[in-house]
Amino acid sequence: MSLLSVRNLRTHFDTDGGVVKAVDDVSFDLEPGKTLGIVGESGSGKSVTNLSIMRLIPSPPGRIVSGQVIFGEKDLLKLPTEEIRKVRGKRIGMIFQDPMSSLNPFMRISRQLMEVTELHMGHSSKQAREHAVNMLQLVGIPDAAARMDSYPHEFSGGMRQRVMIAMALSCRPELLIADEPTTALDVTIQAQILELIKKIKAEIQTSVILITHDLGVVAGMADTIIVMYAGKVFERASAMDLFDRPANPYTKGLLMSVPDPLRESTARGELYQIPGLPPDPANLPAGCPFAPRCDKAADICRREFPPMVQVAPSHESLCHFAKEVYGESTHLHS
Amino acid sequence: MANPLISIRDLKVHFKRRRQLVQAVDGVSLDIHPGETVGLVGESGCGKTTLGRAILRLSEITSGSVFYRGQDLAHLSHSEMQKHRRHLQMIFQDPYASLDPRMTVAQILSEPLDTFSLYKSGERDGRIRELMETVGLSTRFVRRYPHEFSGGQQQRIGIARALAANPDFIVADEPISALDVSIQAQIMNLMERLRRERNLTYLFVSHDLRAIRHVSDRVAVMYLGKLVEVADAKAVYDNPLMPYTKALMSAVPVPNPRVEATRRRLVLEGDVPSPINPPNGCRFHTRCPWAVAECRQTVPELREIQPHHWAACIRISPEQPYIEQASSGSQ
Repeated sequence: MSLLSVRNLRTHFDTDGGVVKAVDDVSFDLEPGKTLGIVGESGSGKSVTNLSIMRLIPSPPGRIVSGQVIFGEKDLLKLPTEEIRKVRGKRIGMIFQDPMSSLNPFMRISRQLMEVTELHMGHSSKQAREHAVNMLQLVGIPDAAARMDSYPHEFSGGMRQRVMIAMALSCRPELLIADEPTTALDVTIQAQILELIKKIKAEIQTSVILITHDLGVVAGMADTIIVMYAGKVFERASAMDLFDRPANPYTKGLLMSVPDPLRESTARGELYQIPGLPPDPANLPAGCPFAPRCDKAADICRREFPPMVQVAPSHESLCHFAKEVYGESTHLHS
Repeated sequence: MANPLISIRDLKVHFKRRRQLVQAVDGVSLDIHPGETVGLVGESGCGKTTLGRAILRLSEITSGSVFYRGQDLAHLSHSEMQKHRRHLQMIFQDPYASLDPRMTVAQILSEPLDTFSLYKSGERDGRIRELMETVGLSTRFVRRYPHEFSGGQQQRIGIARALAANPDFIVADEPISALDVSIQAQIMNLMERLRRERNLTYLFVSHDLRAIRHVSDRVAVMYLGKLVEVADAKAVYDNPLMPYTKALMSAVPVPNPRVEATRRRLVLEGDVPSPINPPNGCRFHTRCPWAVAECRQTVPELREIQPHHWAACIRISPEQPYIEQASSGSQ
């Protein structure tokens, strides 16, 4: 049984330029103990998907138009506000790109961590403090007991991200949602944080949704990947299948446009480039939203919205020519 | 090999911040040859942006030299420097912030032509159109303002502006970092085409190790104000010698799950120390798994460990280039 099941989620925003269908009919499942990667460029709807699951869409201008988010037995979209607060932070932990946006700059780290377990787990202040020290040790803050009474600005970017992870995991959530958790960090610190997420995931057996624009990061972290474009899921597959045999021209283009430092052939010379620009989300073209940039596009692509085609067990692609693309892309990496 | 186009010698850029001395660039020497792209990599705060700016005299040089066609730019007066500026240009990280929001594309592109008194008024429009076409912008947009363009298009405007006065050397400071993945490839391809067609020389400054590998002929790795390794791009990535470079290379996420699943990473402990009080001796010794007592005292020089492959580490030598095989010393 899935831990999380998102069905036909639609989140729209009312803007001056018209209705932006930021998330438009998104469905996916997450199995317990697994990591799902959501990959996409800016404006693809990956972060709005996450915020919709957590019911954190600012309204107005945003609104969840329809869909279900089944977590455990319940549809999170139907829970009263009081109930959803109990889920957030307790059963679902969140980490964001910028730790300073989630940490209160005027409050000691200790206080912020203790608040979480006092609220959700009924800890006394002594219990909460002990727990906070343990969590900070778990995420590798050196000298945790002494440093926990510092303020967020007294930590480096990488250390703040660790504090945020400690906070997100304080109540041993069943699900951790990490939205671009390493995007603001340097590469050696990124490596530390990704290793930490892997280690803790195994230790407390949580499931993870990892949202990122970085194909290298998901390649090392995710079991399953969904690729989003213009508010839609364009492809869904296991990480191995997605990288080995993409069945969607957008995914394929994205994979080919990222230089792989271990692949001799990518050095210098022409890098594959997806032509054109991402579409204006308030004015999506008729038919397939990727058609204007797609080198496979035919008349039908500009006319009709593509179907979600199953090309293999657990591998689907939103494309009129999914089977053909899948057939052509044998082992990009070999 | 031909004479270098840019020759940096023992360059230092120190400045005061909150009454403390920041040694942002501390004794850097580097040659950049005509027509090549040198990638300058390092993590935030390592001084790579300051170094790039100092070469163009956009940051004040404390000491040392920057030779351009045999002349030392570091000691020129501002008016003398101005004569060279048309040959030495910069592309910035944040394309929007680097463009005046109240100027149209035509105005932005004619500014350098005014500054350097290039092209007569009758030739101006043609030159501006030519520049726009060169960077892949439709000339229909010539009267538009920067905010009417996407990030990738804004960067194209920034590139067109840098090209306006026909430079021969360009410092590109994180030119693709603010852009989406599919647009990054477009800009890298554009810059590479321009380099070939116009025989440009680039210093490509970036923290993006995948991009640097792709665009560079040679790579210079910077850590806390100093260069720690300089070699052909392939050598730096396939055969890094200095321990920091090794860690950096092993930290790059590779877009291949099979490789990622079996890769063994050298994950560094701790954070990059502050450039205000950099560690004594080798600045990397506080995070280096191979550091010995002597590393805390001796500042390592950049030495040619293998042919054309320079690294700064006292524990390796031409006879013993691999630190893994160096005898383990006492901490």
